[in-house]
Amino acid sequence: MAEKVLMCGNGAVGEGAIQAGCRHYFGYPITPQNELTAYMAERLGELGGVFIQSESELAAINMVFGASAAGARAMTSSSSPGISLKQEGISYIAGAELPCVIVNVMRAGPGLGDITPSQADYFQAVKGGGHGDYRLITIGPASVQELYDWTARAFYLADKYRNPVMILGDGFLGQMMEPLEIRKIKELKLPPKTWALTGAKDRSANVIRTLMLKVGELEAHNKKIQNKYKRIEKELVEYETVLTDGADIILVAYGMCARICKESVFLLRKEGIKAGLIRPITLWPYPSAIIRKISNHVRYILTVEMSAGQMVEDVKLAVLGRCPVHFYGRMGGGVPTSEEIVNRIKELEAKGQKGTKKREYR
Amino acid sequence: MKKIFGRPKSMTDKPFHYCPGCGHGIVHRLIGEVIDELGIQDRTIGVPPVGCAVIMYHYFNIDMTEAPHGRTPAVATGIKRVHPDKVVFTYQGDGDLAAIGTGEIIHAANRGERITTIFVNNTVYGMTGGQMAPTTLLSQKTTTTPLGRDARLIGYPIKISEMLAITDGSIYIERVAVNKPANIIKAKKAIKKAFQVQLEDMGFSMVEVLSQCPVNLGMTPQKAAEWIDNTLIKTYPLGVIKDKSGE
Ligand SMILES: Cc1ncc(C[n+]2csc(CCOP(=O)(O)OP(=O)(O)O)c2C)c(N)n1
Ligand code: SF4
Repeated sequence: MAEKVLMCGNGAVGEGAIQAGCRHYFGYPITPQNELTAYMAERLGELGGVFIQSESELAAINMVFGASAAGARAMTSSSSPGISLKQEGISYIAGAELPCVIVNVMRAGPGLGDITPSQADYFQAVKGGGHGDYRLITIGPASVQELYDWTARAFYLADKYRNPVMILGDGFLGQMMEPLEIRKIKELKLPPKTWALTGAKDRSANVIRTLMLKVGELEAHNKKIQNKYKRIEKELVEYETVLTDGADIILVAYGMCARICKESVFLLRKEGIKAGLIRPITLWPYPSAIIRKISNHVRYILTVEMSAGQMVEDVKLAVLGRCPVHFYGRMGGGVPTSEEIVNRIKELEAKGQKGTKKREYR
Repeated sequence: MKKIFGRPKSMTDKPFHYCPGCGHGIVHRLIGEVIDELGIQDRTIGVPPVGCAVIMYHYFNIDMTEAPHGRTPAVATGIKRVHPDKVVFTYQGDGDLAAIGTGEIIHAANRGERITTIFVNNTVYGMTGGQMAPTTLLSQKTTTTPLGRDARLIGYPIKISEMLAITDGSIYIERVAVNKPANIIKAKKAIKKAFQVQLEDMGFSMVEVLSQCPVNLGMTPQKAAEWIDNTLIKTYPLGVIKDKSGE
């Protein structure tokens, strides 16, 4: 039987990485993800891996760049202001098609903000963040167990697609304790990293680069990575639904907010309001198709986030006007309660959203 | 007929893109010769800079990766920690190492990172068209110091080698020049020694190479070479700055 322990979310990320064979970690302290840095220092010490507390986030992400280029499974973690600094390296890593895992345990901003939980780095994570046309596979787990499972899987996905993967959590998830089952990671087969820098022994030299000066070369490269992104969009979308069959109203939320919304759905059902929930797990690629499908049958959607409203734009893009999309958000460390969300729905009901006709779009 | 001189086997036959009289090509060749002599071509990994030498990987038959501007020592650190048995070197200009990347180089040196840095100091940003570098001399004219560098406005030429020498993790640091044959011979010896320090797993090693950028100095190649002898070495004296390799 798998070992069961009580662990905080940050620790679960660390253990997931260790179980996936990550032996190279580079990071710089920032709250609320410090437990992860400490966890990696301890575990990699035990296992004879490499842990470096770098001089800055810039250095940390570039150490990941080097380690990944050298063929290792490498990880870094940080929180919002630190992730901003990492954007330079992330753009290079994405451009060079190197696999790695980047963890953002979000805190409230902008600027130094405070160390309370937030989801305000959504745009930065799923729309690029650094310069150029690129995407990060972005995962929004909602429990300590999921943080473990998805971090482990993130290394596999990173290698499979040769793309950086971001685990996007928040300070709440990172620091809360929950039971965790340390499951054995089943590794699926992956092609060997023939591109890695290991010394040009018995082969021609390997070069990793993003500079492409020959006319048309960069455009061809960009087309290639965009095609890869299309493939990821086809193959990887994951989400959870709660009571969506026959629902009248749909909540859309990810991570911590989704857990709170789940409770709101049950509260609303008790009051006879037929609410359901869609929880995107992959934030990029985004589960647009299911949201689009469901928008044909519901009166309206309410998106809930710990931000001024970021993911709501992706919900609107998925819905494309088929039904109204409303938003409820808290920011600057505010965490919505299930009652607040219920009240927001009641407000909308009172405002006449009730009367909106069901539409069928083809 | 016996062949007594040829291209190092660790280098390709691609012609350099550098301007006539530029020192980069000479430094490249010295690195190639040293890699050959040490017999480490199949286990050397290089990290070129962002600067005129950005496409350095075209000229070598060794594994190489690009790095963002100034982050070369961090990228090299990642590689070396994955492959402690490989020889990892970085190549950086003065803009790359002494401006945007000062943090990375100081900390790599201080960690005693087992890497070798070749630091090409030509006192200007060559690639971007001749702007001031932190190493630009006082009263030297560049596109961003059109009246000459004024210490009151922009400070003094920075002596990176001396700065790095005070870190405990640095083992061997020498300043050389590639402006004339006698200096080039010394430069090669220094580069070889810097690689050997790494091969013996002692710590960080660096060679600062005073190099000519005739185009942005606004001089003929000949004048630029003379300028290094007559002017540049007054601020940046040649010689061993630190050598703890014998201890
Ligand atoms: C983040 C970032 N800032 C600025 C640049 C533009 N840039 C390219 S090369 C360079 C200066 C290089 O000068 P140096 O390191 O002295 O090398 P040289 O060209 O003289 O050999 C600059 C500023 C860049 N590529 N990336
Ligand atoms: S600009 Fe200067 S450093 Fe760059 S290639 Fe030309 S001479 Fe060399």
